[in-house]
Amino acid sequence: MALSSDVLVYIFVAGFAATAIWRFAGFVLSSGLEEDGPVVAWVSAVSTALVAGLIARIVLFPPGALAEMSALVRLGAFGFGVLTFFLARSHMGVGILVGTTVLISAHLVGL
Amino acid sequence: MEGSGDTANAPVWPSQATRRSAAWRGARETPLLPPFILFSTFVGFGALTSQTGLSCLDTLFMSVFIFALPGQVVLVDEMARGASVLTAAIAVSATSIRLLPMTVALLPMIRDKRVPKWMVVALAQFVAVTVWVESTRRAPGVPRHLRAAYALGIAALLVGVSSSGAMIGFLVAGQVPSIIAAALLFMMPLYFLLAMLIGAHRTITGLLPILLGLVLGPIFHILIPEFDLVLTGVVGGSVSFLLAHYVLRPQRNDGAVK
Repeated sequence: MALSSDVLVYIFVAGFAATAIWRFAGFVLSSGLEEDGPVVAWVSAVSTALVAGLIARIVLFPPGALAEMSALVRLGAFGFGVLTFFLARSHMGVGILVGTTVLISAHLVGL
Repeated sequence: MEGSGDTANAPVWPSQATRRSAAWRGARETPLLPPFILFSTFVGFGALTSQTGLSCLDTLFMSVFIFALPGQVVLVDEMARGASVLTAAIAVSATSIRLLPMTVALLPMIRDKRVPKWMVVALAQFVAVTVWVESTRRAPGVPRHLRAAYALGIAALLVGVSSSGAMIGFLVAGQVPSIIAAALLFMMPLYFLLAMLIGAHRTITGLLPILLGLVLGPIFHILIPEFDLVLTGVVGGSVSFLLAHYVLRPQRNDGAVK
């Protein structure tokens, strides 16, 4: 890929078009659906399960630098984050701060 | 929005509120954490592109026009391996299928007779996990005709923050210690899970797809890695939908499946 304009065309076709097609399909399919209807309830459940699957995959089979931490550290820190989130009455900031702090400390301690 | 620690305590909307003011509020009422996490993960993306011979403009272009990190990473990977445009397009589409159910779930919430179609199409173009999580969580507290503008305000903020992060990452690549890089990567899934739990953890209907997804994701990843996310979504989502609506039979309109 010598020319930078070629790279932009490549990104446009393989990146933008390949992604926009699903978002536009979502726009078309969603018209006329009732917010409280069963189709939206089912689709919401599908997208929720999909994102949850992505979460579990990132923690168990991590990309990049996160892979340098042991599975015990990753899972433990994640669990601590979720636990403190509930203890702090559903406060996201507390959960994420505690989870990340546990991750860094546990790794530094050498777990 | 009660009971969610990070949410603005939804002040009332004046009857003369405009779309412009709603978009501004959508951006302003976004808690600091989601943009911070997106910024951090896009810094990581910029660092990645800088090592594969792409330019800063390519990095910006991808972050604005794709705006879905898994798809962007797959695209960079395909380009680095010299794959054909068609091969790369198929791989990117496979990761982006997950945007379809999110779009279908979000748009009915923001559609209204008074909302022009272009706004709905524009919002669809920026549907990604963070925009989806923040919009579905906060839009119900906004008057119906202003929800599209409000969500577009959220999207504009997040796109701006992400693309700045990508460019900064491109420029400072390699300067960040790996433990910080790991912590930044770790915050994203934790934020996704907690944000979904805020809307859902009080009812079994809301909790089921999350729990099933967490369990099925790794299983499908080991068994059928090419289609793991789509399968996790379809199987986990359908099973929890069927259980919730035909076995557990909760009262209607409990708004739990978010």
